[in-house]
Amino acid sequence: MAIKLLSNLCPSAFLAVCRQQQRDDIPPPAKYGGRHTVTLIPGDGIGPELLNHVREVFRFSCVPVDFEVVHVNSALESEDDINDAITAIRRNGVALKGNIETKHTMAPSVKSRNNLLRTSLDLYANVMHCQSLPGVQTRHKNIDIMIIRENTEGEYSSLEHESVTGVVESLKIITRNNSLRIADYAFRLAREKGRKRVTAVHKANIMKLGDGLFLQCCREVASDYPDITFDSMIVDNTTMQLVSNPQQFDVMVMPNLYGNVVSNVCAGLVGGPGLVPGANYGRDYAVFETATRNTGKSIAQRNIANPTAMLLASCMMLDHLKLYGYASMIRNAILTTMNETRLHTADIGGQGTTSDVVQSIMRIIQSKGPLISEL
Amino acid sequence: MMARSVCSLSGTLKLALSNQLTRVYGAAPQRYKSTYITIPPPARYGGRHTVTLIPGDGIGPELANHVCELFRFCCVPVDFEVVNVDSSMASEDDIDNAIMAIRRNGVALKGNIETNHNLPPSYKSRNNLLRTTLDLYANVMHCQSLPGVRTRHRNVDIVIIRENTEGEYSSLEHENVTGVVECLKIITKAKSLRIADYAFRTARAKGRRLVTAVHKANIMKLGDGLFLECCKEVASGYPEITFDSMIVDNTTMQLVCRPEQFDVMVMPNLYGNVVSNVCAGLVGGPGLVPGANYGEDYAVFETGTRNTGKSIANSNTANPTAMLLASCLLLDHLKLHAYASMIRRAVLSILTETQLHTADLGGKGSTSEVVQSVMNAVQSTGPQTLSI
Repeated sequence: MAIKLLSNLCPSAFLAVCRQQQRDDIPPPAKYGGRHTVTLIPGDGIGPELLNHVREVFRFSCVPVDFEVVHVNSALESEDDINDAITAIRRNGVALKGNIETKHTMAPSVKSRNNLLRTSLDLYANVMHCQSLPGVQTRHKNIDIMIIRENTEGEYSSLEHESVTGVVESLKIITRNNSLRIADYAFRLAREKGRKRVTAVHKANIMKLGDGLFLQCCREVASDYPDITFDSMIVDNTTMQLVSNPQQFDVMVMPNLYGNVVSNVCAGLVGGPGLVPGANYGRDYAVFETATRNTGKSIAQRNIANPTAMLLASCMMLDHLKLYGYASMIRNAILTTMNETRLHTADIGGQGTTSDVVQSIMRIIQSKGPLISEL
Repeated sequence: MMARSVCSLSGTLKLALSNQLTRVYGAAPQRYKSTYITIPPPARYGGRHTVTLIPGDGIGPELANHVCELFRFCCVPVDFEVVNVDSSMASEDDIDNAIMAIRRNGVALKGNIETNHNLPPSYKSRNNLLRTTLDLYANVMHCQSLPGVRTRHRNVDIVIIRENTEGEYSSLEHENVTGVVECLKIITKAKSLRIADYAFRTARAKGRRLVTAVHKANIMKLGDGLFLECCKEVASGYPEITFDSMIVDNTTMQLVCRPEQFDVMVMPNLYGNVVSNVCAGLVGGPGLVPGANYGEDYAVFETGTRNTGKSIANSNTANPTAMLLASCLLLDHLKLHAYASMIRRAVLSILTETQLHTADLGGKGSTSEVVQSVMNAVQSTGPQTLSI
């Protein structure tokens, strides 16, 4: 309550409170006997096979991480599975997940499991870093965009009703607190990474109150960061510019739905859904997954999925756990496989299988790394 | 042309759905348009048509002037009734006059009217007001890779049909609790059926094989779920056309990787906005693609991506292609097909000459140079023109 009043009267004080909470209350990553425990949610489609590969690579590289596997059955209507998963993440603090399918044939009261997870754990920032990789042939070059997307409100509030038959109203919620929070996150991240420009993406000419509030919050936060340039762009112009001239963008911050569309466009620009990892950060928890959140049902169990996105997501997780040595070792191996040996899977135009790529990564780790278990 | 022939089929559709419609429309009497004989032909007085022209802001006025110039040069039997809409005034008189003029003439050509951010939120977007008042429910944009324009993607040929009156553009927002804003997105069964029917009829008329519905029904289960259901219902009436659906995020990614897979796409308002801009970017930018807004009784033509172009206004660098092609769509609608194809052929032939490309296509040509060349091209191939 006091926080809400504070955000209205004095946004800078509200932000100061947020940042304080961030710094003091975060416990160090839990280590017992020097090993971390991380929740693993296999999900559906290609999730289980890719996460098996992650475990294989971790075991091979002797990474001090143990996985606690929690299965979520998307065909059940009861929410027990996802509640168990949420409890496990609360316990461990960190998770790696595959996408859980949202079946269209079930009743509308069955909420999207992924969405439930994000809102219950208040994972308010979805961060995606799209970079052109040298070994992947794309139509656009030199792309380096960070996309920060509000992850808990906006169009994904799942609040809909049909007061009159044949007329459905879906509510899109924008709040001042969440907008200030995500804008602050974006600017802090930009400053940390030495970025020069933050662009807010909105549609305030049509949704004047909603996106107008979001834009206003971004401007307020921008005034605290004079070293970073802030500008804004309407979402339709943004997508057109992304397709014509993506090199002009640096860091982008936006509400939920535009974030979904823009992140998928950027993923397409750098080579497809198999290459980009994504991270969902909250105040106390972090969940890592592929950026475009695809289930990949049509290519499941065929050994043709691209493991890069999931493996890079696991490297981000290792960075979060402060295991930087292991993270850079695995990341280097992945990028070497992608750029130098050019072992590509079908989605980027090659003929390799998933297991070929993973084997190659492990071989590179063996040749460069210090200590590994036997192949 | 499409708007007129829509009437008969929409009439039968209304009869078929009369149960649902009476509940939605309340006690309003239904209009029966049973046969196409009752649709009046485009109004012609003395063999000349009158078309409302709304110059708009930014590059609108100069491009509208070029269209008038070109039409006069080619002796097109169209007279323009110019209605200026001042975007800085808070009163709605200007836009009401424009709407009345369009009601009178039936057809309009417009530039984009700027929505001033400094005015209070009660000031609605003028373009949006125009579309909803005239019930221009279908926005059609045909994105084609044009010869002579170098782009990263080739062989793009997509028709985008976007619902133009409801969805996220309902302008219904409120702030019940300070700091918490709720925006309403409205999806109705009647309008979804209408736009889906329009899409399938257009696909059939143009001989297209595939219609893709773009949605986000995994999250907005009731809203986009209803839209998807309506599309599926209508699809069952067109067995020769394949129907599939795709979630909007996957669609935008596929558009960037492999746009050749898409044929006709139908979607609600906001996704239509984003997808049409992505497609415009794929074929070469906002200066190349024309757009048309069709309603049951009216049709309004404009550039596809609805840019004001404030930063390049009055500098003679804007690309006139989009507006000129929009005027060709206008002529097709008025059934002046010969003039339309003549001008269209000239515009496309000019595009193949790279030294005449304007700045947005990477060239150094100016707007007036391009328009002059179009007039030259028309004179060399056309039957009869004024002297230059």
